[in-house]
Amino acid sequence: MAAVRTSSEVAFNRIAIAAVLIATLIFLAPIYWIASTAFKPKELAVSVPPTVLFEPEVTPFVRLFTKRVQMQKPVDPQVYDAAPWWEKRIYDGGERVLKVGKDVQLSQYPDRFMNSLIVAVISTVLAVGMGTFTAYGFSRFKIAGEADLLFFILSTRMLPPVVVAIPMFLMYRMVGLNDSHIGLIILYVAFNLSFSVWLMKGFMDEIPKEYEEAALVDGYTRMQAFFKIVLPEAATGIAATAVFCFITAWNEYAFALIMTNRRAQTAPPFIPSQIGSGLPDWTTIAAGTFLFLLPVAIFTFLLRNHLLRGVTFGAIRK
Amino acid sequence: MASVALTNLDPASRAAARGWSDLTIRNLFIIPTLVFLIVFNIFPLIYSLGYSFTNFAANRSEPWQFVGLQNYRELLSDDHIWSNFVITAKYVIVSVAGQMIVGFGLALLLNRSFPMKGLITTLLLLPMMMSAAVVGLFWQLLYSPSWGPINYVFGLGDFAWLSNPDSALYAVAITDIWMWSPFVMLLSLAGLSAVPQHLYEAAAIDRAGWWYTFTRITLPLVSPILLIALIFRTMEAFKTFDIAYTMTTQPTAELIAIRLYKQAFQQWDTGKSCALAYIVLIMVLAITNLYVKYLNKVKER
Repeated sequence: MAAVRTSSEVAFNRIAIAAVLIATLIFLAPIYWIASTAFKPKELAVSVPPTVLFEPEVTPFVRLFTKRVQMQKPVDPQVYDAAPWWEKRIYDGGERVLKVGKDVQLSQYPDRFMNSLIVAVISTVLAVGMGTFTAYGFSRFKIAGEADLLFFILSTRMLPPVVVAIPMFLMYRMVGLNDSHIGLIILYVAFNLSFSVWLMKGFMDEIPKEYEEAALVDGYTRMQAFFKIVLPEAATGIAATAVFCFITAWNEYAFALIMTNRRAQTAPPFIPSQIGSGLPDWTTIAAGTFLFLLPVAIFTFLLRNHLLRGVTFGAIRK
Repeated sequence: MASVALTNLDPASRAAARGWSDLTIRNLFIIPTLVFLIVFNIFPLIYSLGYSFTNFAANRSEPWQFVGLQNYRELLSDDHIWSNFVITAKYVIVSVAGQMIVGFGLALLLNRSFPMKGLITTLLLLPMMMSAAVVGLFWQLLYSPSWGPINYVFGLGDFAWLSNPDSALYAVAITDIWMWSPFVMLLSLAGLSAVPQHLYEAAAIDRAGWWYTFTRITLPLVSPILLIALIFRTMEAFKTFDIAYTMTTQPTAELIAIRLYKQAFQQWDTGKSCALAYIVLIMVLAITNLYVKYLNKVKER
C-alpha cells in the first residue's frame, strides 16, 4: 500500500490475522475430531470429558476391514501368541476375526470403497472426455442459439437428484440397471457432463485461436490441430475438471442411496448405514470416514488454484 | 435442437480444413453430449410428468389409472406438504444467511497479506469439498448429547441437538453453515481482490472512515459476486437432502427433498411423488434462471 500505515491500522491488521487463525482452528476442529476418533481406543471415543490427547492406535482400521464376533471365553494364550499383531488387537477387544479356513473374512467396506472408485473414475473419464469435445465445439464454432444451448446444458446440473431419480429408478428397473455400476455411471456422467462442458469452455476460450490457425496453415487437419495443439494446451484445465468431477461422483449420495443397495453400493450410503442399532462403534465409523475423506483432502490441495473456477462453473476466475 | 446447429459456419476455417469439415467436427463434438443429456435428463422428466397424472405405485403390479390433476390438487391442499415447504424456507433462510455472514466476514479478514495465507485459505475450503452425507454422519458424533465435544465446549450439559424437535433443523443449518461458508468466502475473496486499490488510496487521502469506505467502495463493487453466491447457495439449500437425511430423523427437520424421497421410495406413492417432483422442479428452475442471468452479467464485466 502506498499510504503510510498508522499504528491503529497495524493493530487492526494483527487482530484480523489472529481472528483468521482462530476461525481456521474452529473450522478444522470437526475434521480433527473425526480424524482423531479414527485412531482412538474404543472407550476414549465416547469418553466424558472428550479426549483430545491420547496414544493413537490403528485398531479401528483393523476392525473396519474385518468381520468379527464377540468371544464367549478368553482366547487360548497359545493362539494369542501365534496371532499377528493386528489380530492380537482384536483379541484384546474381546472379539475374534472371522475366517474361512485360513483366510480372513473381509468386511463390506473394501468392496464399497472399490465400487466408489470404479464408478467415480469411469464416470469422470466419460464426463470429462465428452465435455472437452463439446466445450471445444462451443468455444470455436458458430452455433445458432448458443446461449440457449449452454443454458440448457447448465440447467441439467441444477436438477434435484431426487427428482431425476424417481423416473430413472423406474426405467432402470425395466431394463435391469438397478444396483449396477453402469446405471450409476450413466447418472454421474449425466450429472457431471454439464459442469465439465462449462468449465472446459472457460479453459478453451483462453487458448488463443491463432495457435490452431497457424497449425491449419501448416497443413494440419482440424482434428490434428485439436489433438496436437489444443489438447496439450488444455491439459491443466482437463486435469482440474477431472478432479472436480471425480470429487462430485465420489461424494454423491442421493442417487447411490436410491439406485444401489448391495452389489454396486458406494461408500457414501454404506458408511451411514453402519450406525445400525444400539451403541455405534464410532472409532470404526470414523476410520471408514477418514479413509473416504482422505483422497478428497489431497485433491483439494492439488486443486487449490482452480477452486474458484470450479465452484462457479468456469464463469469467474482469478 | 441439433438441427438448428447445422447452419452458419465460418467459410475461412472451412477452407482451411482438410479431412473432416468443420461442420462435421462441430456436430460430432456437440451432438453426442446434447443427445446424452436429453436421453438421461429430459426424457426421464417427460416420463415422470406422465406419471404425475396417474395413481401409479411402483411397488404394486395393479394397473394404474389416469387421475388428471388430482395429485397436484391434493398436494397443494396438503398441510403436511406446506409444512415441509415452511421448514425448507426456514432452513434456507437460516443457513444461507449464516453462510453469507460467516463467509463474507472470513473473506474480509483474509483480504490482506500475511504469511501462509494460501495454506490457510485452502484449509478453510476443506469442508465444502467433503461428502455431505458423511459430514452429516460425523456431526452426529459432534452433537452427541452425552459425550459430544460441542456440548462439552459450550457447557450445554446433555442438550440433545438432533433429537430435540425445536433444535434439529437449526443443528443441521449450523453444519451446513460450517460446510458452505467457505464457498461464500472463496467468491467474496475474488470480489474483494478485484476492487481497484487506488479507490482505497483515494479514500484514505480523503480521510474517509472505515465504515464509509466499506459501504461506499467495498460493498457496491463486491455485491454482484455476493449476489451470485447468494442465489447459488439458495438454490442448493432448497435442494438439500444428504446432510439433513443422515443427521436427523426429526419430522421438524423434514425438508422438501426428504419428503419427496420418502413419498417416492418409502411410501411408494409414485404418481403423487412425480407431481411433487414437478412442483419442486419448477421452483428450482426459476432460481437457476436467475443464477445464470447474474452469472452472465458478471462474466461480461
